[in-house]
Amino acid sequence: MRAIFQSKTFAILTILLTLLVIWYVMAVKLNTPWQLGVYERAGTSEWTTSQFINDTLNQKRPVLPSAHQVFSEMYVTIFQKPITSKRSLVYHSWITLSATLLGFAIGTLFGILIAIGITNNKALDRSLMPWVIASQTIPILAIAPMIIVVLNAIGLSGLLPKALISTYLSFFPIVVGMVKGFRSPKNIQLDLMQTYFASPMQIFFKLRWPSALPYLFTSMKVAIAIALVGAIVGELPTGAVAGLGARLLTGSYYGQTVQIWSALFMAAILAASLVMIVGLIEKRVTKNMGLTT
Amino acid sequence: MSLTFETNDGPVHALKDINLEINEGEFVSFIGPSGCGKTTFLRAIADLEKPTKGEIFVNGMTPSEARKNRAYGYVFQSSALLPWRTVEQNVALPLEITGISKSEKQQHIERTLSMVDLIGFEKKYPHQLSGGMQQRVSIARALAFDAKLLLMDEPFGALDEIVRDHLNRQLLELWAKAKMTICFVTHSIPEAVYLSTKIVVMSPRPGEIADIIDSSLPNERPLEIRESKEFLDIAHRVREGLRASHSYDEENA
Repeated sequence: MRAIFQSKTFAILTILLTLLVIWYVMAVKLNTPWQLGVYERAGTSEWTTSQFINDTLNQKRPVLPSAHQVFSEMYVTIFQKPITSKRSLVYHSWITLSATLLGFAIGTLFGILIAIGITNNKALDRSLMPWVIASQTIPILAIAPMIIVVLNAIGLSGLLPKALISTYLSFFPIVVGMVKGFRSPKNIQLDLMQTYFASPMQIFFKLRWPSALPYLFTSMKVAIAIALVGAIVGELPTGAVAGLGARLLTGSYYGQTVQIWSALFMAAILAASLVMIVGLIEKRVTKNMGLTT
Repeated sequence: MSLTFETNDGPVHALKDINLEINEGEFVSFIGPSGCGKTTFLRAIADLEKPTKGEIFVNGMTPSEARKNRAYGYVFQSSALLPWRTVEQNVALPLEITGISKSEKQQHIERTLSMVDLIGFEKKYPHQLSGGMQQRVSIARALAFDAKLLLMDEPFGALDEIVRDHLNRQLLELWAKAKMTICFVTHSIPEAVYLSTKIVVMSPRPGEIADIIDSSLPNERPLEIRESKEFLDIAHRVREGLRASHSYDEENA
């Protein structure tokens, strides 16, 4: 019995259950005013508590949809629609995911290049880093429409503008992490390379790059999650035809809170899976490098 | 030669008027309290520091020429092994940088690893080895270029006494076999006396040579030699040299 209480599964289930209870209590509370109005208009004056609770949890456009509404909406839109359908959540997820992955890939590459520049050139170190930091102080919601509009004007639309917003967010943690990573070799290791009369290229590939790899993965975990946020934000100002951002937007136009919440959950699941995949690759790579003890 | 570091609090004279000749095949120890510049001197030989005055010649070359020609091997205080490389990959690092054929590389690895008695550990990662073994790998790595000069900066300083004894004996065997010149920085008097044919006693602030002692011990040195009168006499002279240069003063402790 004790073993059950102390197990990890038990802890996770307890927290999940607690969250669900809070969710349902809040749903009943927040949907009560609307439900009372419905009863008044319909002239229903007699209702039991269980009937009332049941009705608050199953409204068509609730303030806070209940968990089973969200999950059944997700089940229907994920499994019961063809993935080419505009009503399929898989279809919308893929639209967002492709922009996320493209933006993340560009951002990672771009971030590594900037980090190489910063660590190898004193002038770049002083001139570039402040701009890199400043770029992240601008609210992404403000700059995303600008990027979309400007790129549209030069004939770029569709996947790439969204991906570039992902890039804009995701290159930052990569730069910060890799600058630290490239500078992580100890003096003694750098001296060692000096005694071999190693070229800067050799020092980079044999010492700096492998030293920086653990930092790269840590940064990539942060970067891929915010790349997804970037892609969703990038979908909002386009008028939103497809993607999770579009689902959020149309949901809010028509008061489809169930649709909003299912898109939100989908985004969370996607982000968690992406971070997990990066974590798995990290494990694999560090194991191959003999770095796990 | 002299070497001065420019710091924010003004110049620090790390080394002053060092004049020393080391003959081929000698085992020279540099001993002195911390801050006496013995490591700085070694680094100057290795072209990791530049003397501000005077010259150093390594087998007729300037230190920077010697470095370009890979004319020396350097062993650091800690092993400085790359954790993502196995033992043999670590030993191969200098060879990869000069670029030699695969078969030659394999021969080199086997030969140098057998010299430090590490055959059978090729595929192990540094974290799987003890501190003594790690340092032996780094010695094997320093032998990669077949250089005639081996510079060692307190290589056994972080190891316990028993491991250190063992490695000292092994180092002497290696020195006899490879017939090279070794410059060895240490702060252990018994280690310096046991290993060296010449002991350079240094004094701090500024770093100067206080005494140069030519060892009269035979080349064949079992560990027991450390209890002989001759050994103790030399150790006494080293200690006297350190005392005369105020190394035992309170402020230097």
